[in-house]
Amino acid sequence: MVALQLQSVGAYHGRRLFVEDVTTPVMKAGEVVAVIGPNAAGKSTLFKRITGLLKGPGNIVIDGAKTKNAITYMPQDTSANAVLTVYESILLARKQGQSWAVGDRDLIFIDEIMKALNISSIAFRDLGALSGGQRQLVSIAQALSREPEIILMDEPTSALDLHRQVEVLDFMQRQARSKGMIVMIAIHDINQALRFADKVLVIANGRMRACGNPRDVVTVDMLRDVYKVHARIEKCSMDHDHVIVDGTAH
Amino acid sequence: MAEIAALPIEAEAGRERYRALARRKLLILAAMTAALCLSFAVDLAWGPARYSLGEVIAALVNPSSVSAQVRAVVWDIRMPVAVMAIVVGAALSVAGAQMQTILANPLASPFTLGISAAASFGAALAIVTSVSIIPVAASLLVPVNAFIMALIATLFIHFVSQMRGVTVQTVVLLGIALVFTFNALLAFLQYLATEQALSAVVFWTMGSLTKATWPKIGMTLAVLLIALPLFARNAWALTAIRLGEDKAASFGVNVRRIRLETMLIVSLLAAVPVSFVGTIGFVGLVGPHIARMILGEDQRFFLPGSVLSGALLLSLTSIVSKSIIPGVVFPIGIITALVGVPFFFSLILSNRSRSW
Repeated sequence: MVALQLQSVGAYHGRRLFVEDVTTPVMKAGEVVAVIGPNAAGKSTLFKRITGLLKGPGNIVIDGAKTKNAITYMPQDTSANAVLTVYESILLARKQGQSWAVGDRDLIFIDEIMKALNISSIAFRDLGALSGGQRQLVSIAQALSREPEIILMDEPTSALDLHRQVEVLDFMQRQARSKGMIVMIAIHDINQALRFADKVLVIANGRMRACGNPRDVVTVDMLRDVYKVHARIEKCSMDHDHVIVDGTAH
Repeated sequence: MAEIAALPIEAEAGRERYRALARRKLLILAAMTAALCLSFAVDLAWGPARYSLGEVIAALVNPSSVSAQVRAVVWDIRMPVAVMAIVVGAALSVAGAQMQTILANPLASPFTLGISAAASFGAALAIVTSVSIIPVAASLLVPVNAFIMALIATLFIHFVSQMRGVTVQTVVLLGIALVFTFNALLAFLQYLATEQALSAVVFWTMGSLTKATWPKIGMTLAVLLIALPLFARNAWALTAIRLGEDKAASFGVNVRRIRLETMLIVSLLAAVPVSFVGTIGFVGLVGPHIARMILGEDQRFFLPGSVLSGALLLSLTSIVSKSIIPGVVFPIGIITALVGVPFFFSLILSNRSRSW
């Protein structure tokens, strides 16, 4: 089973050390880890560092991975105007570094992912013709088609409606559990983080503020310090913790 | 939402349709190949002396069965030009296709980004002043100078496009600036040139396949045969780059390496034919767009599609160049420009249509 731990990890953006000293407890197979923090806190930078797209100090310790390319990073949504169908774009994500030949196993896998994400109906539409939400779902399918053991998702639900947000996060949680995957999700919605994450990592100004159990990490004090808001944390009728923001703090 | 269940389960719809579309694309490639063969045969048959396709095929398959005159015309006079048209068309089209891919720019091509203009200047430098950029035999002076200038222009565009904050538009504007710069330098040389050198320069810049010789064909073909397997090896990565740099990198593509590698090969592909046959514009722009429109951008189909569309375009143009005035072979560059300019306009005006 795969396990991931960050030890004093930092990341360079250009020559500047943009993220420093991120140390986490061991993240285990089957866990969902939410990475939260204000805009430009360094969430994407940290993900790129873990993936190996950026350099920096510290150790990224991966234990028990079955393949060399265990990590897949799903970048933030970008529009593409390539003349490719959704199906082709998912296929090419899966086939990187492999031969030209496309086997039945590849196609069956893609069909299954598309069905699971409920995007089979747009399989043969051009990428340029998709809405923002559809693009995001296609990005998720592309990332999953690589059969990652660790998946880093950069705001995967930012363009989705409420229903789809819950659907996708629930789906990723079940994927994590059933496949023994580690799912790291950068997300702005703290209530979704509280609901779906096993661990929460808070990052602000390129530094880690806290990492651990959501209930321990998401506190009124943290919200005031990191997000500059006055907030309450209350239980809803379903016994979930909820953050209610009353206003900004200065 | 269902789990991604263990294989295999039904969900045949997407799979079947994908297979059907892939088969259709293979059929299109086969049809293009057939069209190219036909165009090649017509190109050999067409000219001041017209032969039937039967005669041409006989001359090709069994040269001893036709008269010495037919054999000489088909093999010695028309064959180098017809083959050069195919090889140059393919090389320029693939160069354009990969420039468009790497620079994420639908208007990129050897001609529009000033590489042809740079080559013209290099050639003129050799013709007018006999100044050699690197020491070579006098007979190779013109192509070598043209090649080096084209290479410099390509690499210049590559490195500027890698700089921070450089957008797609910047690169096109840079290309236009290169065209103007090299045209001005060329005009300067033309002003200084003797009458004889001037006419040589003007003819060279028009682009003509009549300069074709077997060694030139061999060299262009060699570059093509080096380039295509390298591009083919990177087919998935090159396709991924069209989804954006971040996306491609997230799939494990080493974007920087692929870009540099591709641009270096493209500079060879663009520079070698231009240095042999002069400026033949728009094939490198129109060829890839035709391939993209009918085959999409999966490089496994787009790459052979670009080879075939470019080769077919220039082969057909070669026939047209002999047909306008009987007995006169028009410089082919004039015709590709006349056909290419309206296409270029339509690309700019359609902005981001299905074709990009």
